[in-house]
Amino acid sequence: MKRRDFLTLSAGTGTAAALAACGSSGPSNSGGSGGAAGAASYWALSGQPSEPIRRAAIDRFNKANPSTQITGTYFANDAYKQKIKTALGAGEGPSIIFNWGGGGLKTYVEAGHVEDLTDWFAQNATVKDKIIPASFGAATVNGRIYARPVESVTPIVLFYNKRVFDQVGVQPPQTYGDILDLVPKFNAKGIAPFSLAGQSRWTNMMWVEFLLDRTAGSDVFNRVFAGEKNAWSDPAVLDSLTKVQDLVRADGFIKGFSSITADSSADQALLYTGKAAMMVHGSWSYGLQKANGGDFVSSGALGYMNFPPVDGGKGDPSNALGNPGQYLSISTKATPEQKEIAKKLFSTTLLEDEEIKGWVGAGYVPVLKGSETQLSTSPNADFLKFVYDTAVNAKLFAQSWDQALSPTASETLLDNIAKLFQLQISPQQWVDAMNGVIGK
Amino acid sequence: MTMLAPPAVRVTELPTTDRGRGRSVVWMALPALVAFLSFGLIPLLGALGLSFTTWDGIGNIQFTGLDSWKAALTDPGLPHTLAVTFEIMILSWLVQTPISILIGVFIAGRQRYRGLLAVLYFIPLLLSSAAISITFKAILDPNFGLGSGLGIGVLNQDWLGDPTLAIAVLIFVVSWQFIPFHSLIYQGAVRQIPTALYEASQIDGAGRLRQFFSITLPQIKYTIITSSTLMVVGSLTFFDLIYVLTAGGPGDATRALALAMYQKGFMANLMGPASCIAVILVLVGVALSQLLRRLGGRGDESQMEGM
Repeated sequence: MKRRDFLTLSAGTGTAAALAACGSSGPSNSGGSGGAAGAASYWALSGQPSEPIRRAAIDRFNKANPSTQITGTYFANDAYKQKIKTALGAGEGPSIIFNWGGGGLKTYVEAGHVEDLTDWFAQNATVKDKIIPASFGAATVNGRIYARPVESVTPIVLFYNKRVFDQVGVQPPQTYGDILDLVPKFNAKGIAPFSLAGQSRWTNMMWVEFLLDRTAGSDVFNRVFAGEKNAWSDPAVLDSLTKVQDLVRADGFIKGFSSITADSSADQALLYTGKAAMMVHGSWSYGLQKANGGDFVSSGALGYMNFPPVDGGKGDPSNALGNPGQYLSISTKATPEQKEIAKKLFSTTLLEDEEIKGWVGAGYVPVLKGSETQLSTSPNADFLKFVYDTAVNAKLFAQSWDQALSPTASETLLDNIAKLFQLQISPQQWVDAMNGVIGK
Repeated sequence: MTMLAPPAVRVTELPTTDRGRGRSVVWMALPALVAFLSFGLIPLLGALGLSFTTWDGIGNIQFTGLDSWKAALTDPGLPHTLAVTFEIMILSWLVQTPISILIGVFIAGRQRYRGLLAVLYFIPLLLSSAAISITFKAILDPNFGLGSGLGIGVLNQDWLGDPTLAIAVLIFVVSWQFIPFHSLIYQGAVRQIPTALYEASQIDGAGRLRQFFSITLPQIKYTIITSSTLMVVGSLTFFDLIYVLTAGGPGDATRALALAMYQKGFMANLMGPASCIAVILVLVGVALSQLLRRLGGRGDESQMEGM
């Protein structure tokens, strides 16, 4: 084709398209950029090892459904949290919204941004029955389900470095009292008892959560979550906060912990390099230790356990804390076609064998009931069985506080926890500050 | 960060014919005006409007009068945040200004090696604040950083985990990044000073120190005002640096206004109070730059003092 012909042709089609667009009186989503009606958008998190598993699932869906495509976009964790809020606020959000359930999901629900999936789950009981029931708690707002639990259950556990324990000649702690006894022993050898990425703040929060849970059980936080006035003014809270500050004063955490970020995985490195003996962290840490720690995991040097009971505490030591799952919601702004595509994704591709293999291989426990058999054949079988048992045998699997609370209350919580660890405020000041944002 | 540059050239009288002059000047200002309106004034008015509302950034915007202002102004953290902001502003000015002037005067010489040095000095300015912060964070890491790697005890401090040290590090990094820029401004100003002044003072027997204090400093008075305005107003907008380096920590030791605004708006979903902080930032910025203008004396007096 000669250049002139090409130009004429392209100009011609351009005009035709413009005319067609002007003349269209049908539904606004027909026409336009070709095939838009048959495509839904999906936003999720980037990063190893999860992103390839997510990408592969979307690819499989697109291959199986050539007429209805899903376009995936992947963002870094913290960037995504800001991006999704702004996008939803501006009405530019994706059709399928990745989220963490809890307080964040509640704000979407209250603003009318996500579809009520209760009836859909009732009609698709097979989908619902496969999923670990504990995962639905964070997807439920006012008794209605607004998200499909996906991916993996990740409780928070206590990791430890067996090599360092052998070197110092001590045993893993059975109670919180044992932890306190271990602190001076490790410090005497120049090893930090606990690794902690304090700048990230939610890392510190896990300590407050566990100490309160093991001291008094889940009642206190349930009252806070329910918006009960002055719910933090429970003696058990003061007790737990005092324990935190005592541990900080006893040099329980690594020097400079308040300037370490979890994003850089420096806290993980402290554990596998033996600079720190123990670390309280999400079960996803296993994958990071395995990927970055050389032979640390493969040689069996990584130890793990549920957070031990506090002596004299009323909390059930089987209670677990963390993320009972990740969640996908459907945008109310999506077209009917896009919603259908999303529902098709929810009932087919997600957590089918191929995807389960991906999660298990990367060291994750899928949010599925009865997946023990798949777990036991994995190279990470021991750890995965431990995580599965922790999640399934837990009398209660509580969602992390910062996810469970509204963003407003959560920011105040993290801010005050950072100050608590910095010894900038007293436990009583913490309680007063937090009582001020109950129900907000 | 954004820099508010004063007009480089003051247009007083154009040596052309009167016909159509006013119109052409308006035309020339149009692109800048459009940019200022769309990226300066309109968002500013938007923030002002939002400051009278309650909005979580996702749902509906509700007009709630002065509620957000009450919340922002009675926030128990506000005095501390303001104090940190001014502390960073004053300390960074105190550190940067003398060093910038000295370097500026030094590299104003015409020797070739000084030209080379000027280029080297300039490198930090070419790097992004985020990259600089990540680099310094890695160097200062108490466990994997330079101090612990080389086994140098003095360097192995809890640089970013101690409130006082964290502020000091912040000032150091800010200075490291921006001194080159201000040195360059001073270099230009010093080169503008007529050599006749120095020759005359030499004949009168003035030494180098006397020349510096009696000729150089008074002659670059307006440059000091300009550079200080940039430093002071610029320091109000330090965000990326603090966010990456300390995230406002430890605790809230380095939480300046711009970071507090971000945390209120985008992390706590309180767009109303966050907009109030934004408006406060603008007001403080305008007030400070006006104050500096006043301190600098009347703008229309001759810069060629004593000539």
